[in-house]
Amino acid sequence: MYDFAYHKPGSVADAVKLLTADPEARPISGGQTLLPALKHRLNRPTALVDLSGIAELKGIRKEGDTLTIGALARHVDVAESAEVTSAIPALARMAANIGDIQVRNRGTIGGSVANNDPAADYPAAVLGLGATIVTDRRRIAADDFFQGMFTTALEPGELLVAIEFPIPEKAGYAKMRNPASRYVMTGAFVARLRSGEVRVAINGAGPCVFRQAEMEKALSANWSPEAVANIRQSPEGLNSDIHGSAEYRAHLVTVMAKRAVAEAG
Amino acid sequence: MPQVTLTVNGKSHTVEVEGRTLLVELLREKLRLTGTHVGCDTSQCGACVVHVNGESVKSCTLLALQADGAQVTTIEGLAKPDGTLHPMQEAFREYHALQCGFCTPGMVMAAIDLVQKHPQGLSEREIREGLEGNLCRCTGYHNIVKAIAAAAEVMHGRRSEIARAAE
Repeated sequence: MYDFAYHKPGSVADAVKLLTADPEARPISGGQTLLPALKHRLNRPTALVDLSGIAELKGIRKEGDTLTIGALARHVDVAESAEVTSAIPALARMAANIGDIQVRNRGTIGGSVANNDPAADYPAAVLGLGATIVTDRRRIAADDFFQGMFTTALEPGELLVAIEFPIPEKAGYAKMRNPASRYVMTGAFVARLRSGEVRVAINGAGPCVFRQAEMEKALSANWSPEAVANIRQSPEGLNSDIHGSAEYRAHLVTVMAKRAVAEAG
Repeated sequence: MPQVTLTVNGKSHTVEVEGRTLLVELLREKLRLTGTHVGCDTSQCGACVVHVNGESVKSCTLLALQADGAQVTTIEGLAKPDGTLHPMQEAFREYHALQCGFCTPGMVMAAIDLVQKHPQGLSEREIREGLEGNLCRCTGYHNIVKAIAAAAEVMHGRRSEIARAAE
């Protein structure tokens, strides 16, 4: 790993100032993805801005129909939160199955969503629930946030502060994990919102999390695993690698969607 | 050079580090606590697991500076000053839960965190799932799982001592 300067600001404003002043500086929260990337020299930041001391980025709150999770909430915090477990149990279960215990003790929801790894879990919940990303300067709808592999709507120096999840009527998540790396081969997050809107987000299968419109339509008419059982995802544009072909991942989309609906009940 | 102050096994240390110095490098190279191992260096194998503020973390994937002000416990901090082993160490010995021993420090530290988080007890499945972040390439895990189950009984006061491995 190349060396870098290390800053630990106490406020979002100070962190943004540091990141804006130096375009080659990078924010770090849990570091469970960034540090391995730095070890591989995939990235060479001049400075790391440690966000862990910023109180504004912490906390999990339920207000009305919205569950707000601060960017620094670790996977273990989300998994064990009484607010999350009662409001969106599928989200708590998702958090409880990310990586392993040690990763969950460090990794954060903000880091995972801002990184937008195609095989990460949280992007599926954010898109599947139609959550809102709150940054230091604006609010971004999930539909506009995830833009491609490791690419989001965040501008240079812009910090993800919190995520606002609408509390759904029901939601479920199912994934097939790579047995060695534990990363998602293909996952499906399904939700029926209180507005009646049905959303289906697929992660792991393509270069970026995406919505499955055909399944959304079928589940709107008939919320049951059978409704999606015969919908075939096209393999076109899906990931194909040593872990699985695009055709295999396309097949998994239907299987995971069925399981996610069954889990949602 | 930046400085980091942290408490390791009850003793306070202030150490000069680089920004890129990992916690495991501080422990092994600066404090000479070489019980914590580096296996994969890619946060998969768990040989480097230590406790930071009571929670298990992979010390190869944490900057030393991120542990500033923290309470750190390593494998060297488990036994009592008179040499009496922690129940988890005792159980690993009694149940022959190691062969080459390379993964053992990380296994023991991860297992203690797992048991402490489950005061109501752990099923065999929960123990196996709880060890997802730790790889062992020789024992086949069976005896590790047995040792953790036995240590859990002692740590939660349901049994007074680790049963003999021959049970």
